[in-house]
Parts: sequence; C-alpha cells; structure tokens
Amino acid sequence: MKFVDEFRDAELGRALSAQILGELEPGRHYKVMEVCGGHTHAIYKYGLDDLLPENVELVHGPGCPVCVIPMGRVDDGIAVAHQPGVIFTCFGDMLRVPGSEYTLLQAKAQGADVRMVYSPLDALRIARENPDREVVFFAIGFETTAPSTALTLKRAKAEGLRNFSCVCNHVTIVPPLRALLESPDLRLDGFIGPGHVCTVVGARPLEFIPADYGRPVVISGFEPLDILQSILMILRQLRAGECRVENQYTRVVPQEGNLRALEVMAEVFALRPHFEWRGLGFISQSALRLSDAYADFDAERRFELPGVRVADPKACQCGEVLKGVIKPWECKVFGTACTPEHAIGTCMVSPEGACAAYYNFGRYAREREAV
Amino acid sequence: MSITGREERVLQIIETARAKRARFRDEQITLAHGAGGKATQTLIEGLLVPAFTAGREHSALSALGDAGRVQIGATGLAMTSDSFVVKPLRFPGGSIGELAVNGTVNDLAMAGARPLALTVSMILEEGLRSDILRAEVQAIATAALTAGVEIVGGDTKVVERGAADGMYLCTTGVGVIDERAELATDGIRPGDQILVSGPIGEHGSAIMLARDQFDLDAEIESDTCSLWPAVDALLEATGGQLHCLRDATRGGVASVLNELARASGVAMIVREGDVPVSPVVAAAAELLGIDPMYVANEGRLVAFVAPEAADAALAALRGVEGCEGAAAIGEVRADPSGMVMVHTAFGGRRVMDQLVGDPLPRIC
Repeated sequence: MKFVDEFRDAELGRALSAQILGELEPGRHYKVMEVCGGHTHAIYKYGLDDLLPENVELVHGPGCPVCVIPMGRVDDGIAVAHQPGVIFTCFGDMLRVPGSEYTLLQAKAQGADVRMVYSPLDALRIARENPDREVVFFAIGFETTAPSTALTLKRAKAEGLRNFSCVCNHVTIVPPLRALLESPDLRLDGFIGPGHVCTVVGARPLEFIPADYGRPVVISGFEPLDILQSILMILRQLRAGECRVENQYTRVVPQEGNLRALEVMAEVFALRPHFEWRGLGFISQSALRLSDAYADFDAERRFELPGVRVADPKACQCGEVLKGVIKPWECKVFGTACTPEHAIGTCMVSPEGACAAYYNFGRYAREREAV
Repeated sequence: MSITGREERVLQIIETARAKRARFRDEQITLAHGAGGKATQTLIEGLLVPAFTAGREHSALSALGDAGRVQIGATGLAMTSDSFVVKPLRFPGGSIGELAVNGTVNDLAMAGARPLALTVSMILEEGLRSDILRAEVQAIATAALTAGVEIVGGDTKVVERGAADGMYLCTTGVGVIDERAELATDGIRPGDQILVSGPIGEHGSAIMLARDQFDLDAEIESDTCSLWPAVDALLEATGGQLHCLRDATRGGVASVLNELARASGVAMIVREGDVPVSPVVAAAAELLGIDPMYVANEGRLVAFVAPEAADAALAALRGVEGCEGAAAIGEVRADPSGMVMVHTAFGGRRVMDQLVGDPLPRIC
C-alpha cells in the first residue's frame, strides 16, 4: 500500500533501533508512556517492544476511550437501551465493556435493540429510517471522535430530527494527563503524544507537560517507524537535558490544530465540571456534555437515567499501574478478582491494557525466550 | 530478569485457572458464543462435550475434529454436520447454497475423508421469494456435482415471518477416510511446517463488503470451494507425514492455530511476512482495522507437515487449481506450549491470541 508501506520498512526499523541504543545512558532505566490507545495497538501489532533495549520500558497510558468509561455510565447506557421503543447505537468495542452487572452485549441478548455502528452518521441514518423509534447514540472518545459527533448533531438539528439523541461521554486528554503528572509517585521519563488528538487540538495544549512538569513530549504518528522515531526523539531530549514538545507527526498534525473542528466542538459541547474515569476516579473538567443549544438532543435530559455512581472496587490499583508505580502483578486483585473474563479495572478491560497483556502473555513476555 | 517470589505465585494462579476445564456458566447465549472464540469454546467444551461423552469409555467427539470418526468393520467413515446462516444470501464469489455444500465437504476432507454423500435441511422464512429459493437450490446442485458428492436426503421446514432470516441451511455429510491419511488434532509435532493453501481472508472480507455497511467498494470474491482435491494431492505427496489439516473458517487462520496449539501442546511460530494476503484484502483490512488472520475463509486449509515432506507438500498444493498461491507460513516448536507467536514483518514479535468476540457476527 502506497504511503503506508514506507512507514513499515523493517530495515529502517532496525536502523532506528540501533540509534535508540546509542542514546542510552549506562545504568539508567527509562519509562516512556504512550498516551494513546492507538499507539498501544501499533506497539502490540508490530511487536515494537522487541525492538527496544530492555531498559526502555513502554507504559500504556489512559488513552483507550472505551476502557476509561466507568461502570455507572455503562449502566446508564444499558438503562436507556432497555427503554421501550429505543434503538441504542454504539461502536462495537463498547459492547463488551462491563457495567456493574452486565454488558451491552448481554442487554442485547435480553432483548434490547442494541446496534453496532461504524460512525455516528450511521446512527443518524437509522433515526431517519425509523421515525417512530427513539434512536440513541452512545458517544465515546477523546477529541479525535468528538468532532464527528458534533457534526452529526449539527446535521440532526438542521434536518429537524426529533427522534435522535446522544449520551455524551466524550472526554479530553489534558486533564487525565495532568492528574497523572500531579501524582508525587510518578515514575515516567517522557511521553509519546497522541497524534490523532493533536490533529484536532494542535500541539499547544501539551506544552504544560514540559513547562510545568519537566517531561519531554513527542507527538507521534501511528506507523511503527513513527513510534520508534518518537522514542528516539524523547531519548535525545533526555540525553541533552532538554524538555519540550516536538512534533514527529508533521505530515498530519498542524501546530494550531484543526480550527474548524474546534469551532464545531465549541458550538455543540460544553465542559462538564467533573467526570469519573474508570481506574482514575473523578477528574475535574475532563469531559464534555451537550451545550444548551443542543439540549434537545441530550439523552441525559430526554431519558431518566439511573445516574448511579458505581465505585471502582477499592482494591483496584489501575491508577498506580498507569503511573508506572506498580507492575500489574503487584496489584492486590490481579489474577484473582480481576481477570480478562471478569475485568474490574481499565487496564484489564481492553485486551491491550497493561494488565490484560500481562495476564495473557506474562510469563512469555518476562522470560523473553529466544524463539 | 528471572521471575521469583510473589510474581511467580501470581503467574501460577493464572496458569492453574487456565488449565481448568472450560465451564459454561453464562446466564444466556450472546452472539459471542457463536463467534468461534473463547465463548464458543466454553459452550462446546463446557456444555456439549461433557454431556455427549458422559457414560462412554471412548468417544470420537473428544478429539474435537472437523468431522467425527465412525468405524464399520475395516472401513473408517467420517461424519459431520454444519449450519449456514449467512447474510446476505448471495455475495461476490458465492452464495449460501454453495457454502452449505463446500462447508460440509471440507469438514470431511479435513478428516482425510473422500466426501460421498450429503443430506440438506432447509429452514425457510414465510414470504421468501421463490426465485431466491430456486437459485439456491440450483447452487446446491451445482456445487454438489462439482465436489463429487451425491445429495441423498433432506428436510424442509417453513417458519413464521421474522422467525428466520430468509433461509437457513443445514447439511450433514459422510465420507470414507482415505487409507493414506493419518491425521489427528493432537498429532502435530515440533518441527512441523505450517502451510496455507492460498491467500487468506477473502471470504470474510467479501461478506463484510457485500453488507454495504462501510461505503467501501473493492472487488473481493469469496474463496468458497471444495478442498478435497487439495487434500487428495497432499495425501498423495506426503502420506503419513501429513500430521493435521484444518479448514480456516470462522475465526480464520489465527483461531485454527490457537486451537491446535492447545490440542497438540505445542507452540506455533508464524512468519507474518510469508502469509499470503491479496493486496485488496490487505487494504480493506487496514481500513477496517481488522487482522486478515482472524477473517473467515471457506476454501482455505491449514496443513501441518513433517519438515522433510514440506517441499513436496507445497509443490503438490500449488499444482491444484485454486491453490496456486499456497505458502509455508511458519513452523511448530515445543515452547511456549499452547501459544501462537508471530514474527512481524517489521521485525518484532507478538502473541497471536484467540479471538475474544466477533466484530462481524454471522459470516458463515
């Protein structure tokens, strides 16, 4: 595939790998967090861990939009889905995220009309085709997917659709990062910045990381060479004693972001005072609701939601795993109360989460035997 | 770094939990139980096998092959059954009728059996148009002729509108196990070479695109075909050195490798760069965020061959019409037992896990 294969060249990968080795200070252990779930996926898909020296460790960040949705919000979604006449739409990977009792997939098996869509516009089409049904879209994601929800709502408003509404769970990337950085026991040396989020918001919102917390950030693309190059750029900053936001993904990320997308978001959304994150607790101003101009499309106003907060089990230590303070196996509930089949925390919910990955491949990954 | 103390205890807890027999404890059936991944496994190994093998000293079912073995005197018969609920009924490269014949014929072939006869049951939805039915009946007849099997019986049922989706088909097949075949799901040995009979992921991709959910146009045709000619050629070229065969249907090549790695207690090492994938399937999979290794096939087999017979097996496969693109994609090792490892084309390694659920229900 043109314009893709160029970024997957194994020989260039080995060359970058050798350069990374050359930047390391002897005896130092490096922990670099990739913020975005898309990066985690690419690291896993291409086996990038293998191309890094043993003392460069990648820590998976809080950027998986599905796994950060707390149980109470999933319960709210399930309650809406069970209302008579409702067609409940959401992205496929949301279907398997556990609420306090069960998942949307199980709600579907119980008779709720839950449908998987690939874009919020598909949900809008379903609303047009079913004028006598209430169609609800369960919106999730960071600034990457928020503009498409916003545009969909604008279109719904322009068309005067009365049977379409949205449960808005959109979250923003900066507040959870700040929450992580605020923690006194943080053990991270640098950040691989979220390329797709920055396509929308630009590079500036990440500048507080070097400015306030003294950690380098490199905004990265999602191909394997992008990620290796970004790690190299972080290590170079560390070695030179520098600390700033660099943009490795210049072919896509403009410095100022996407102004039109930001405008649409500003029109359709408003900041929530606070929002709960699975594993991280409440974080202020970390999520979006529909603005008053779009109140008619807000499923939270249209339906009675239980809105019950379901606390993460006390024993869950996802926050500490995310901060790199403890290893998955050091968590009190790892492998006993919390397993991939019955996940408690965000790190176990997604198959690419740190705990799920360790649960499935732990001994192999640790022994790194020669195969 | 060595593993010691508490970490070792945690790993042992996980391993003990995994080694326990799968138990079926779900309160109700969800689509995940039909997706061919872990949930399907709990259904089969936790509910069906224990119930159907209870009170028997030996049961052919325990082998969990594509077809069961029935011995009549000196003759070994293979017998199998499969249901087809695909949507849409017709898709580029095939239709439900053709799938229903080839699917069952291939399950027999994977047991090393020359397919002989089929029965066909139809569940038809009230209101199904006759021209659609007629076309599928013709597709069944043509596919059976091509595959050299006779249709010897069947059944029809009509259910109320809404109780089925157009038509469902179920075929049961019987075949004679070839004398050259010494195949077993637990017969795979370290050193065996892993072959696939052609480019993978075409059937599932064709179905996904035919559903029109993606606004994506690409010319991908289903690979549905009878695999007996390929099996015949493999047996002729390798005989007893062919250790195991599987057709990579629901869950794709990745699921086959995982199931067999567990059944044989071996590791599978796949060289990603050697796996044949057509450019158009690769592009569609890239756009949809799907790994072609997990996408269903209806006319592709995975063969495990002793290393000394691998070249002959590959040459024999490539000589069969439709299998010109056959390739060796990896090899079997002793450790880490039960796991499938991928050497990525980029130079890294990863574990290729079992599918947890299915992003695309009902593709076969």
